[in-house]
Amino acid sequence: MTTYVIRRVLHALVVVFIVSIIVFLLIRALPGDPIEMLVAQNASQEWTPEMVEELRRSKGLLDPVPVQYVKWFSQMARGDFGVSITHNYNIGDQIKDRAVVTLLIGLTAFLIGLVVGPLLGIISAIRRGKWVDNLVTVSANIGITAPQFWVAILLIFLFSMRLQILPIYGYTLPWVNLGQSIRQSILPVFVTALGPIASSARQTRSSVLEVLGEDYIRTAWAKGMNERKVLLKHILKNSLMPVVTLQGQMLRMIVGGSVVVERVFVIPGLGKFLVDAMLGRDYTVVQGSAVVMTIVVVLSSLIVDLLYGWIDPRIQYD
Amino acid sequence: MGRLLTVTGLTTEFRTERGTVRAVNDVSYTVDESEIVGLVGESGCGKSVSQLSVMQLVPNPPGKIMAGTVDFNGTNLLKYKRESREMCAIRGRDISMIFQEPMTSLNPALTVNRQMTEVLIEHLGTEPKTAREQSIDMLSQVGIPDPGKRVDDYPHQLSGGMRQRVMVAMAMLCNPKLIIADEATTALDATIQAQLLELLYDMVNKYKTALVMVTHNLGIVARYVHRINVMYAGRIVESGTVDEIWANPMHPYTEGLLKCVPKLGEKLVPIKGMPPSLVNRPDTCPFLARCRYRQKSCFEQSCSEMTCVEGTHYTTCSVLLGGQE
Repeated sequence: MTTYVIRRVLHALVVVFIVSIIVFLLIRALPGDPIEMLVAQNASQEWTPEMVEELRRSKGLLDPVPVQYVKWFSQMARGDFGVSITHNYNIGDQIKDRAVVTLLIGLTAFLIGLVVGPLLGIISAIRRGKWVDNLVTVSANIGITAPQFWVAILLIFLFSMRLQILPIYGYTLPWVNLGQSIRQSILPVFVTALGPIASSARQTRSSVLEVLGEDYIRTAWAKGMNERKVLLKHILKNSLMPVVTLQGQMLRMIVGGSVVVERVFVIPGLGKFLVDAMLGRDYTVVQGSAVVMTIVVVLSSLIVDLLYGWIDPRIQYD
Repeated sequence: MGRLLTVTGLTTEFRTERGTVRAVNDVSYTVDESEIVGLVGESGCGKSVSQLSVMQLVPNPPGKIMAGTVDFNGTNLLKYKRESREMCAIRGRDISMIFQEPMTSLNPALTVNRQMTEVLIEHLGTEPKTAREQSIDMLSQVGIPDPGKRVDDYPHQLSGGMRQRVMVAMAMLCNPKLIIADEATTALDATIQAQLLELLYDMVNKYKTALVMVTHNLGIVARYVHRINVMYAGRIVESGTVDEIWANPMHPYTEGLLKCVPKLGEKLVPIKGMPPSLVNRPDTCPFLARCRYRQKSCFEQSCSEMTCVEGTHYTTCSVLLGGQE
């Protein structure tokens, strides 16, 4: 078990390393660079080509790419994400603040998905063929296929503009103003949770139906267990195994979805941070936030894999 | 010995896309206290479904018990709903069932301990600690080595034979009045099969439990069983003691079955043809198509009732019965 965890953490480090290289190269492959953006933003000032070149040199952008990478990576390995090229703020501090926002929304959505999804799936499986089942199945299919930004825009249109019961955009931290925070969170959390709820519901439904037909469920009935005990003790644990595996994917979906959702709702989280930096070609910011997101994703997969072994005793770590 | 179970006119149907399958057709039989009764027939003849019907464990939909009564100790079990408290109280406490597939009949996510103790806790309200001790004791009675350790194993850590021993132990826990062993040893290899049969036989003798042995193996029947019911295409076609039937089979199907029991140095005589489809069957004798004694009248009349040959020996075949007289 311990060796397994150590091995997985080493794997995770390799993944983070590879992702950091890819992001580092890809962002540089994009046309334009942060200095051009900086110059364009300060067009009122007089810029000579020499001044621009000097600015590039001072930001270390004239070094050979491998040198730049080693400099950046060794700095980051010591916990220093550096400074934004275009805006001169400390990236580490920014990521910390923004990660809190993203995590608050993301984890709430994740927990809701974790509870509501399987619950809908179980109800749907037990009432197979009834109207509840049809309703859940159809809604789940819509939930999986509907693009997040589209759902988000529709919801804003309905609840914020027509009914005017929820704010259109923005985010307030819960410890600053709880009521405001909740009102602003409802739509983004719902949009983020929609995919996980729908996927988990579908997965749970099909795995409960599968388990229902297993011989050991017949054994449980034959032992005289009542419906509640059969469901809670015998069906639930077995049918949740595939659902737990799915949760790793759900976490990845939520982290990825934050890019879209935070942009639509103008929420100052990690996703919006990344997109804004990308548009501004702010190399160090893109690199830093991409690495943090990678770490979140890799860690969550690890946790899910460990949970899986706890639920299914047949899995052994060695 | 008192009467324990009286099944009368039990009929179970499955609705399928091709029509209604009458898997169990007007089946009647009895089981006395601490009696061992064999239910014999080939695959798909309705042996298992008839037993699942008694327990009300036929999956519904598509299966449905259409008619009949199952009188157990004076109460008709079919008057209870399948998921009712009364029915649950009987399953596992008064009637236990052992299934064919030891590999899949135990819950893979729960330890043997959890799966065994829940029976005691549910039916007898035993304290978990006592239930654990009783489970360990029962495991040692069914010949599981080191039961104190094995009780905490998960099913995947046990072999097929061990799992079936656990199933036997689980069935015996509440000291039931009747055990239904549905092809309980078929999936095991021959040596383990023999061990388990001996075990089952010893256990039911020790606890004076009645046993219904569902099997297609006549060797098993001859060795352990007091009385036999022969089933064909959803009906019981002949019933009697082992001696009566072995000496004088009174249904062409039973006769055919006995001819295909393998003996050293002898050629097997298979029964020609295939069992009939059970979808929308006519009411004539189900064995008609394969019968070598059939007569014109067989095609015209519906399948006869069970008629007494002599003593406890009954058959549905009027031709052989007529020839006898």
